[in-house]
Amino acid sequence: MAETGRIHSIETCGTVDGPGIRYVIFFQGCPLRCRYCHNPDTWDRHKGQEITIPELLADIGDYKSFMDYSGGGVTASGGEPLMQAEFVADLFAACQKRSIHTALDTSGYTSLEKAKRLLSYTNLVLLDIKSYNPQTFQHISSVPIEPVINFLEYLKSKQIPAWIRFVLVPGLSDHKPDIQQMAAYLKGFSNIERIDVLPFHKIGEYKWKELGYAYDLTDTQPPSSQELTDVKLIFQNYGFQV
Amino acid sequence: MQEEWNGFIDGTWTDEIDVRDFIQKNYTPYEGDYSFLQEPTKRTLELWEIVKGLMTEETKKGILDVETKIPSGLTAYEAGYIHKELEQVVGLQTDKPLKRGIMPFGGYRVVKKALEAYGQTLDAQTLSIFTDYRKTHNSGVYDAYSDEMRKARRTGIITGLPDAYGRGRIIGDYRRVALYGADILIADKQEQLKQLDLSHYDSEVILAREEINEQIRSLGKLKKMANSYNIDLSAPAKNAKEAFQWTYFGFLGATKEQDGAAMSLGRVSTFLDIYIQRDLEQQLLTEEEAQELMDHFVMKLRMIRFLRTPDYDQLFSGDPTWVTEAIGGMGLDGRPLVTKSSFRILQTLYNLGPAPEPNLTVLWSTALPQEFKSYCAKASIDTSSIQYENDDLMRRYWGDDYAIACCVSAMRIGKQMQFFGARANLAKALLYTINGGRDEKTGEQLGPEFAPITSEYLEYEELIRKFDQTLEWLSRLYVNTLNVIHYMHDKYNYESLQMALHDADILRTQACGIAGLSVVADSLSAVKYARVKVIRDETGLAVDYLVEGDYPAFGNNDDRVDSIAYEVVKTFMEKLNKQKTYRDAMAALSVLTITSNVVYGKKTGATPDGRKAGEPFAPGANPMHGRDIKGAVASLTSVAKLPYEYAQDGISYTFSIIPNALGRSTEEQVHNLLGIMDGYFHKEGHHVNINVFERETLLDAMEHPEKYPQLTIRVSGYAVNFVKLTKEQQLDVIHRTFHEKF
Repeated sequence: MAETGRIHSIETCGTVDGPGIRYVIFFQGCPLRCRYCHNPDTWDRHKGQEITIPELLADIGDYKSFMDYSGGGVTASGGEPLMQAEFVADLFAACQKRSIHTALDTSGYTSLEKAKRLLSYTNLVLLDIKSYNPQTFQHISSVPIEPVINFLEYLKSKQIPAWIRFVLVPGLSDHKPDIQQMAAYLKGFSNIERIDVLPFHKIGEYKWKELGYAYDLTDTQPPSSQELTDVKLIFQNYGFQV
Repeated sequence: MQEEWNGFIDGTWTDEIDVRDFIQKNYTPYEGDYSFLQEPTKRTLELWEIVKGLMTEETKKGILDVETKIPSGLTAYEAGYIHKELEQVVGLQTDKPLKRGIMPFGGYRVVKKALEAYGQTLDAQTLSIFTDYRKTHNSGVYDAYSDEMRKARRTGIITGLPDAYGRGRIIGDYRRVALYGADILIADKQEQLKQLDLSHYDSEVILAREEINEQIRSLGKLKKMANSYNIDLSAPAKNAKEAFQWTYFGFLGATKEQDGAAMSLGRVSTFLDIYIQRDLEQQLLTEEEAQELMDHFVMKLRMIRFLRTPDYDQLFSGDPTWVTEAIGGMGLDGRPLVTKSSFRILQTLYNLGPAPEPNLTVLWSTALPQEFKSYCAKASIDTSSIQYENDDLMRRYWGDDYAIACCVSAMRIGKQMQFFGARANLAKALLYTINGGRDEKTGEQLGPEFAPITSEYLEYEELIRKFDQTLEWLSRLYVNTLNVIHYMHDKYNYESLQMALHDADILRTQACGIAGLSVVADSLSAVKYARVKVIRDETGLAVDYLVEGDYPAFGNNDDRVDSIAYEVVKTFMEKLNKQKTYRDAMAALSVLTITSNVVYGKKTGATPDGRKAGEPFAPGANPMHGRDIKGAVASLTSVAKLPYEYAQDGISYTFSIIPNALGRSTEEQVHNLLGIMDGYFHKEGHHVNINVFERETLLDAMEHPEKYPQLTIRVSGYAVNFVKLTKEQQLDVIHRTFHEKF
């Protein structure tokens, strides 16, 4: 059991990381180095602030009415919450005991053994898939795709509901055949409830500069609404809610 | 029963004046969706084009036209029309649309100054009447003000006082005109007069008798006013069209008689729905025609104008009239007071486009029909023109037939009025505490010479103890000042028509207010949890502060500071309660600034929270800009902790969010906005303005105002046309915390 967790910040009015109004905890630390990351300030696992489960629960409890009326809950995001899987597992267990819906917003990059207990207390997984092409995946995130696929297969075997997120980055993840293949592969997963195709944006660019990191997407533009619609259509054609 | 009442279920309302009973016996709750709503008719579109043209011209010129000689009154001007053949609801304040009347009974100086500002001159004879023969409210007030009161007004520790024009915030029960007609109302008043023939005539009885006779006279004039439009409102309205017309005439009469800061409408839509429903059932009216009546009625409400000075407009942004209409809410018997007309009045935001007036206020209950809630949320997302107030909370205090005056002041309709008292600047009061009663901007000694704080670093216990003394002094000065104002207003500028639409026995409240609550809470928190060093000038006056370290700021659901804000409200209210009020009014308190948070900030020196001199306060009860860092729900939770029990005149919170931060799809946005409101009101939050738009839209509107004539945004308790704000106010809105994380 982990006594304390390390978090970057709290957003009490999350509306896009799971259903309803969410209490989103941004955990500190991430093993990935995605080129378009909009929270690079959450990478370093030594930064941030320490917090305990009772502290978090006391705060979360104050917002129960917002969650109840909107069908919301708690979302662990980051950073990569799986880096603090024990702590998040304890937190989610306590949330479920209080009838609070739990969502894990993750890259799925983990060893399965570390994640299993946490997943047993997770109502919904929001899984980022950077690309279905292993080379592109590695190019975008700096890590290999295999653990993520294993993670996804495990979710299926346990029938844990999942929302897939795919960030459409022109020139990086927009290769249509790769997207087709991803849709075809995901079709076999009955636990996938929806797929969010998110347009690349540069809202986090200033953070890269502040942190002294080199940002190589300065000249990349967000996808056009036509491109976005086309990609959504690919998933829709495979019967997904997009 | 009167024949006009055929088809209605009778009750106490048939024997005595009781509009609530009429509504309860006869209204049809509606739980369905908005699919029945109709688009504007051709007539509506044509008429609205004309009005929009006039409004565009008005925006260019400042005012379109103005009277310079004849003081406004119920029968002062000829009948006026926009376009006689098109208008389904008639009546204008003067003889021409958007032409402003003059109301010197509140004070001729304001009239004179305002006319001069627009290149006009007050007629010499009219001026001489109000300088040589007929005293005004304003002159009376200045005869009685003490030196200290004048100084407090000048330095801005108490501001916005209604001492130069109509006090407003009184809602006549305009529905009575439609339900009963003028003759029954006059007979009722004559009966009241008989009851007042007592064995002992003291000043209270004498005043009451004089007032009732004034009321009777006004009802007579209201009939005459209607006659000039060839309408006889002696008898009750007999159909929907007449009910709209009669109700509007009641309200119109009030706006001819008074230029109160807030001239609110009340709670008319569900009342009017009863007439629409009766006509629909008898096939005397179609849904399209019903919507047309509503559209034309609302168009008229959007045209209410008062002559104000440009600096008043700077304080309050544009042309505020606070024609507040309370919509929805729940009945005491558990039935929703939502009818199809609750939808119809909101639909005007689509049929006529968004607008600040009328000030559409939804009385929210978590038990309201889901379809109605969704429609409200959708309209908020589309138009940013609605404010919400907690019916579950207010119903406990005011029953189920109250309305909202101005922004957040609840009052039982026709049974309660308030003596409007603007605001005391508590941030400034905190600085007076530190400076021993001297003004931090001028160095002038205003209050009694308290011992100033002389230490290098502020010490919490000392500051709190001395702040308490300052509040003791301020509350006494404040209420005494208001007593002067309202004594003189009753004497020289009595609201005879509005009060004719009240019962004989009414509850009066003395409505005080707070500005700068979050500045005070954060300042005290800084002193308690960080270190605050005082920077003094050569005369020993504290003029700036250095905050060393972090402190919990209001708006993050942190009890360490939220409890301070709570205590400040409670303490000030308790001190107000100890004061003797004019006509034994019940003291009440609001946390509300409208847009004056900018001007209050300008008049206030640097504060111990690190806010620099002249910087705006947060509006109403809002946390300071950018200090609420845990997201909107934490911010709402902090505000919801402020005690309505000690702020029964209302607690205003303004919430701005970009569409994407509410969810990805429109359905999700509506769903989540509902969740935010249900959650907030469940936690006993009192009021919230909802703004949903992109920051970029506002920036573009600053550059190209001509592209956004109807861009409406909610400010504290009110809505304004964004393009009519001053540059400073526009920037304040843009800099204000936008919830945009996603």
